Amino acid sequence: MEALIAIVIGTLTACGVYLSLRGRTFPVVLGLTMLSYAVNLFLFVMGRLTIGQPPIIRDGASYADPLPQALVLTAIVISFGMTAFVVILSLRARAELGNDHVDGKESE
Amino acid sequence: MMSHLVIIPLLLPLLTGILLLLLRGSATELHRLINLAATLGLVAVALLLLMQTGEGQVEVYRLGNWSAPFGIVLAADRLAAVMVLVTGLLATGVLLHGRRVGSYFHVLFQMQLFGLNGAFLTGDLFNLFVFFEVLLIASYGLLLLGGGRNRTRAGLHYVVLNLVGSTLFLFAVGSLYGVLGTLNMADMAVRLAELPESDLGVVRTAGLLLFAVFALKAALAPLHLWLPGAYGYTSAPVAAMFAIMTKVGAYSILRVYSLLFGPDSGPAAGLLDPWLIPLALLTVAAGTLGMLASRRLSQQAANLVVVSAGTLLTAFGLGGIDAVAAGIYYLAHTTFAAAALFLLADVVSRARGEYADRLVTGPDLPRGQLLAGVFLLIAIAVSGLPPLSGFIGKWLILQSSIGNPWMSWVLAVLLITSLLGVMGLARSGSQLFFDTDGWAEAGPAIRLSDLAAPLVLVLLGIVLVVYAGPLYEFSRAAATQLVQPSAYVEAVLQTAEAGRIR
Repeated sequence: MEALIAIVIGTLTACGVYLSLRGRTFPVVLGLTMLSYAVNLFLFVMGRLTIGQPPIIRDGASYADPLPQALVLTAIVISFGMTAFVVILSLRARAELGNDHVDGKESE
Repeated sequence: MMSHLVIIPLLLPLLTGILLLLLRGSATELHRLINLAATLGLVAVALLLLMQTGEGQVEVYRLGNWSAPFGIVLAADRLAAVMVLVTGLLATGVLLHGRRVGSYFHVLFQMQLFGLNGAFLTGDLFNLFVFFEVLLIASYGLLLLGGGRNRTRAGLHYVVLNLVGSTLFLFAVGSLYGVLGTLNMADMAVRLAELPESDLGVVRTAGLLLFAVFALKAALAPLHLWLPGAYGYTSAPVAAMFAIMTKVGAYSILRVYSLLFGPDSGPAAGLLDPWLIPLALLTVAAGTLGMLASRRLSQQAANLVVVSAGTLLTAFGLGGIDAVAAGIYYLAHTTFAAAALFLLADVVSRARGEYADRLVTGPDLPRGQLLAGVFLLIAIAVSGLPPLSGFIGKWLILQSSIGNPWMSWVLAVLLITSLLGVMGLARSGSQLFFDTDGWAEAGPAIRLSDLAAPLVLVLLGIVLVVYAGPLYEFSRAAATQLVQPSAYVEAVLQTAEAGRIR
């Protein structure tokens, strides 16, 4: 289970890094989205992987750490808003610069 | 009895921003007045906060009255109060610059203040992330106001870089939480001291990741390349307000690393020692070269922001009470001086008509001598010549480097780049004001009120000189509090001692 989650997060991060280094805005936006998915998963499992446990402290019983769930909720909202913003900004850059290259000019 | 003063610097800009959003149909002049009133209120609150923390107590505000490691805290010590005051004063100066930028300028401006004050006052690492995002979202909007090709391109780079930075921040926060089980910075300091050897690698990795994020915000080389474009192409009031943004990064480095990785913090101590000074000196050199190569005055001002960020982090990197105190003094000076230069570049740009602020032979300026005089004042302050505050700041930093292993490098780099800085500014000044072509057409004559904003900021710099003694004593007190963080930790965790679970 741990290995699977680690591989998933690693793959997402690697793809995100690769895509965000691309020269056009669309792959960059996709890369940023993948990076934010990866980090959301990462934050989520930082409370350790537990199955079927309540997120409430009770006498004797073990519990799932509720804090990462709250953190990840915040992180999702922020990254969602940011992605929306960067999509709009990319469209505006496409309109103003005449192409979708991040530097605003086609490389030779 | 918990003082509610600590949360007012957050509530005031937030509520003002919402009010301005509700009033969006009404006149811009009204917005400006409300904005200015709220900002002056912020200055007053910051002064009160400074008085409350001046004796050395740490004001802790527990939201919802949840005790410290479980609830969220705001904490104000001397440094945080100084930062809020500098932000308020800077914002007041910037607002005096009456140039219409865009319809949502005032709303975004207050949101930016909300994020800045939050980042200075928070005692919780995740909330530092949240407030970083608040100030970044506001800054994206501010940066892009007005539009234009260059601005959009620089804005796209800025947004994408900062989004990647935010992701790295979350990775670092997640790793630290996974190991330490807490995000309250004071509690993290306690846990770090008793860290088992096996977890040290993760903590060091996360610490250096955090450093990369803060270095991106503070424009530390090699992560400074976004700054000249972003600051150089945005509108003048926004660029002037952004003079405090790199200082947020520097403040975070100082706060997080003095608490978590300071000299007496256990096994992870001294994490940044091999990195901070060399990178900071590299930043100073890179910024100076960029300044010499600049073709516009606002671009030159942007590169000077890079230089000042490097100088500031050199001071923080030297460590010890003297160097950190010198850094805090220099921080206040450089924020005002850089903002004044951006605002003056805008005034000059309008006076020169279509030549804008490009460093080429331009028209004879009406009231050119007055402008040149103000430029001279600001250039003296920025480049660190006596008698203005830049000189005192740099002198204090140089003095504190004596005896440090890096002394020769710090002295050599800072002195040579200061000379080059003077030369660069002298060249720009003579180009703009003396190398004129009588046939070229100037823009509209400036009004005296245009110079009010830069002059107010210069005046703040002069206050820094006149009261240099007491202000330096206060910076020393603030630095002492940072170098010995145990009082901060105790104040934050005080009531929690009885009911700790782990």
